[in-house]
Amino acid sequence: MNDWEAIFTAVSALALGAEGALWPIVALSLQVSATATLLAATLGLPLAAWLVLTRFRGRGAIIAVLDGLMGLPPVVVGLTVYLLLSRAGPLGPLGLLFTPAAMVIAQTLLVLPVVAALARQTLEDEVRDCGTYLRSLGASRAEVARTLLWEARFSLVTAVLAGFGRAAAEVGAVMIVGGNIDGVTRVMTTAIALETSKGDLALALALGIVLVAVVLLVNGFAHSVRHYAMRRFG
Amino acid sequence: MQCAALAEGAVRRPATLSLRAVSVKAGGADVLVDVDLELSLADRTVVIGPNGAGKSTLLLAVHGLVPVSGGSIRVDAQPAVRRHFALVLQKPVMLRRSALDNVVHALRVAGVPPQGLALRAREALEDVGLGYVAERPARQLSGGEQQRLAVARANALDPDCLLLDEPTSSLDPGAGAAVERHLLQLSARGRGIVMATHDLGQARRFAQTVVFMHRGRVIEVGEASAFFARPRSEPARRFLAGDWLD
Repeated sequence: MNDWEAIFTAVSALALGAEGALWPIVALSLQVSATATLLAATLGLPLAAWLVLTRFRGRGAIIAVLDGLMGLPPVVVGLTVYLLLSRAGPLGPLGLLFTPAAMVIAQTLLVLPVVAALARQTLEDEVRDCGTYLRSLGASRAEVARTLLWEARFSLVTAVLAGFGRAAAEVGAVMIVGGNIDGVTRVMTTAIALETSKGDLALALALGIVLVAVVLLVNGFAHSVRHYAMRRFG
Repeated sequence: MQCAALAEGAVRRPATLSLRAVSVKAGGADVLVDVDLELSLADRTVVIGPNGAGKSTLLLAVHGLVPVSGGSIRVDAQPAVRRHFALVLQKPVMLRRSALDNVVHALRVAGVPPQGLALRAREALEDVGLGYVAERPARQLSGGEQQRLAVARANALDPDCLLLDEPTSSLDPGAGAAVERHLLQLSARGRGIVMATHDLGQARRFAQTVVFMHRGRVIEVGEASAFFARPRSEPARRFLAGDWLD
């Protein structure tokens, strides 16, 4: 059978529901990656604002480390979280290993540096534009941070989307801490890895196409909202 | 319509801004050197001088936005505090919100109580003829409208003195004249104004008092018509003659 025909058949089967497990996998992928991105944004955006507005010894080193951590290998994060959550680890009693919660923790650690580092750069530009003005009003540091985050909201969407892309695309960390358990912790990337190892390349590629489509759809929607909002608010 | 804050005529305004031996260093260089000044806050004061003279730094130092390495800045013999002043920058900072919300934001951040805040903001806009753009995104206004909005926003804070850093230098003559007109109206109602500019025409039209600066020092201070007719210092004479000052 022609390879492309096999891929087309597999994609059609997936989309039409012949592979009944697809949509739960897609849903879990989105749920885990979106939750991790949300957590990373909740921690990373204030961290970025703090780094922009605070001067202290070692700040440059922290920024350099943060930038470097954008390239953190997922397997290393997965292994670290695995050791923390394993039965003998300090967080073992929580019983989180091989659950979606463990996958969220691992992905949050992966996404946090991406969101924080990109947001910091965006906020540096913003503070150059309006920092003097805000200080002239007598704004507290918290108020300046709040205003900068709000003013940069459209650009920060890009930082958060980059984080979401990192989370949705990684396989190493979720494979280690999730275990790729069918119906429990199987997400699109781990399913692709599994199908590839089984030799079902058509199905693996079809899953890959679905994954790319989902990521493009989420990004496309977010960019449309950003584009509309920028035209609306300047 | 007159801004409500300005209409409170009974409030006594501070009279004098005094700088004594004020110095500012940046990156090891002297940006302001032993500046001594005594300015009436009822006047329109224009600070002139070539690029790099220290005009902008002087305004920022007065507003407490750059640390002074020496000297003192006082208003009526008391240490100057931020609420005495409001700043308008050369390139107006427009927040991504409506013109009205830009003023509301400034008032809120400056600690104005929420009661009547929106009304006060709207009055400030109407004060400079911008009531018709209140709901429009500030960043979509023309350059002239944006600078008038910046003036309205600063004026809404009800400072004793507006500090303006070359507020019309990036505007076309018509828009610049509109800004100037509104500043004259505010001055006529008692708002103190200290404006830095390198536009000699504007300085002649606008100034009651002139401060001439060069290389971080105040070279000459005086009544505007006397300064332009008979500058006492050689650098001022050369500057007015259009010579290049090194």
